[in-house]
Amino acid sequence: MIARAPGTDLPVLLPAGDALRARPDQAAALGWTSRSFTPRSLASLLALFVLAVLVADAQAQAAGAPRESVVTMLLKWAPLVFQGFLFNLLVSVLAMALGSFAGAALGLAQISLLAPVRGASWIATQFFRNAPWLVLLFYCMFLLPFEIQILGLTIPLPAWLKAVVGLALPVMANVAEIVRGGVRSIPATQWESAEALAFSRRQTLWMVILPQCLKRMTPPWMNLYAILTMATTLISVVGIQDGMTTARAALVAEQRLELFIPMYLMLLSWFFLYCYPIARLTLRLERRFQVRG
Amino acid sequence: MSAIEAFFQRLGTAPGWNFSIVYDAFDRARFLEGLVTTILLSLTCLVLSIIIGIVGAWLQGSTLRVTRRIVQGYIQFFRNTPPLVQLFFFYFAIGSILPRSLNSSGQMEPMISNLGWAIVSFSFFAGAFNVEIFRSGIQAVPRTTVEAAEALGYSRLGIYVHVVLPLAFRICLPALNNNLVNLVKTTTLAYAIAVPELLYAAAQIWSEVFNVREMMNVLLVTYVAIVAVLVWAMGRWERAMRIPGYST
Amino acid sequence: MAHELGEPVVVATRVEKRFGDAIVLREISMTVRRGETICVIGPSGSGKSTLLRCIDALVPIDTGSITVEGVEVNDPKLDKLSLRKRVGIVFQQYNLFPHRTALQNLMMAPLHVLKQDKAQVEARARALLAKVRLSEKADAYPGELSGGQQQRVAIARSLCMNPSVMLFDEVTAALDPETKKEVLTTIRELAAEGMTCILVTHEMGFAREVADHVYFTDGGVIVEHGPPRELLLNPREARTRAFLDQVL
Repeated sequence: MIARAPGTDLPVLLPAGDALRARPDQAAALGWTSRSFTPRSLASLLALFVLAVLVADAQAQAAGAPRESVVTMLLKWAPLVFQGFLFNLLVSVLAMALGSFAGAALGLAQISLLAPVRGASWIATQFFRNAPWLVLLFYCMFLLPFEIQILGLTIPLPAWLKAVVGLALPVMANVAEIVRGGVRSIPATQWESAEALAFSRRQTLWMVILPQCLKRMTPPWMNLYAILTMATTLISVVGIQDGMTTARAALVAEQRLELFIPMYLMLLSWFFLYCYPIARLTLRLERRFQVRG
Repeated sequence: MSAIEAFFQRLGTAPGWNFSIVYDAFDRARFLEGLVTTILLSLTCLVLSIIIGIVGAWLQGSTLRVTRRIVQGYIQFFRNTPPLVQLFFFYFAIGSILPRSLNSSGQMEPMISNLGWAIVSFSFFAGAFNVEIFRSGIQAVPRTTVEAAEALGYSRLGIYVHVVLPLAFRICLPALNNNLVNLVKTTTLAYAIAVPELLYAAAQIWSEVFNVREMMNVLLVTYVAIVAVLVWAMGRWERAMRIPGYST
Repeated sequence: MAHELGEPVVVATRVEKRFGDAIVLREISMTVRRGETICVIGPSGSGKSTLLRCIDALVPIDTGSITVEGVEVNDPKLDKLSLRKRVGIVFQQYNLFPHRTALQNLMMAPLHVLKQDKAQVEARARALLAKVRLSEKADAYPGELSGGQQQRVAIARSLCMNPSVMLFDEVTAALDPETKKEVLTTIRELAAEGMTCILVTHEMGFAREVADHVYFTDGGVIVEHGPPRELLLNPREARTRAFLDQVL
């Protein structure tokens, strides 16, 4: 039976989960075996991309005019679009770091013994989890000041930094959920034995509970990072130059209809090549920790 | 103008909180239209993505390896690429190669509107997650229950329809609800292709009336409210589907 | 049990079954006649449960043949429905459908698989529930029933398909002693009415009273078989003796 912690929608790893265990007999009865996506299938995806490029190229040649081929155009623009893509990755790393720190603090606040702290942090978590990422991004872009004054120093806040904060907010809320779920998944017996050994609550948390949680929290945390990386494309909607805007600018510059599909497919493949290994690693870690748990 | 509207208009001058959507009929109409569009978009994509999820989970059990590969490819593609880029891919890249037709005012318009492409893109996006959710729900149905159905003479389709799906659905419900909430949040992406949903309507209003702060707050509160209503409704549904004595 | 034994209903001839490298059934031959009650006893892992599943084509056999009323189980073009109509099997873990009431569990297969008339099926189902003394639990869900009650519902469910042969796979192993008795009583009555039954069981007392013939299996082979009085009180083989010494 799939086990899930009440009140959280994230795949919290509970000790009793046998949902991920392979069931070959049932699979046979239903006439199906689940096959994972092998490197061979990955190759066929890339083959599809190459095929699309070649078809587009053929289309261009059929048009007759002696213009650049699709492949040359792609290669011409690829470095620039790739730079934009790297900027997406930079934003994702920064937002993840910022959001994880804030989220860990928020998550621990949710298990505080003080009711007002618990209540306030619960409200904050629910609020930022349920708000659309794009709206939060707009919020930060428009309403954060363009410079802040601390201790007499004037620090300018460039647009992309505001975007990082805007993306870090939902990350913070989701990390808080992961942390809270992780802590709650440790059996109560651990708390009891620590208490019997005269550990204080803070000592129990830092020396007994959190080290055990860390492993369980890693797969959902990695999953969140993959989601965040894909969400960084939202910054193009609020006017920041990233991989998406560069790709669209390239398409506008070239004004060639056959370039549209290959260009978007190229950008999609880059994201795929970055996020897919993360997804596989997450799956592998999940299985490993389930078995041991 | 009613008392409420007058109150909000006064609020606009002092202390300067301009909630034009309350007192201005045009803005109000635009805002409500955006809200309706968001809700309709969410519901349509929800229904379509569930259908895609059920069909996909069924196809994953196919004996043909090529079918299974195609379904897996679809899932991995839509789960590991940004939904915004998917949306643009559908609207700009594929939309540009589809034939155009003459509309009533004599202009060439694309076959599928931006709203249509938003529905297609989000349904496939959410559908990819649903296939995984349904698959794990199906796998969580105990093997012995399936064996009992087989022993009673049910065909593979019969087992799926009468035994596995009802049980798997109840197991999946929490994850499905989570997916629905994500779908509502994802509809904001349609802003990027000028679909007149809630975010787009709000952006139009604040670009004219210059009440960004107020509109942002209204937006946040509205979305959180929509999601809260959804979560409550889903909770009610979950409780209604509960089987006495069977713990999920 | 003294009543007329009819023509052979289940004939197994030199059946072999492997799982990977392990040989689970080896040179199994047995003949079961109509109205006969057979008990199969033996240590765990001796292949008894597998044999029952092979008879109902839930597990395919590698060599040999099993025929049920003339239908060859090993036939690649076997119409599984025709086999499953004749054979009812009750498992150790009851395997009722948790999302349906007891009455619905009984009625489901005749309605969906055999496509029989609803009124007739309901009448038959209620009669069977009365027979297993659970009429008042017709509208209860499996989660609300005790283990013994669930097992009796499972027996009634298989009977509702009007089989010619009933297979019981250690049906009392998961029950406590009091509830065991209720289920064994039900099976005893069934056997007395003339149903052909094959039981895999550890209940030696039951085997002695009710069985017409007892088979002892060990390591996938039939070591010895005979009437219960002979086999249980005066076994010929040393292995049988060793097993009975342990168990009785």
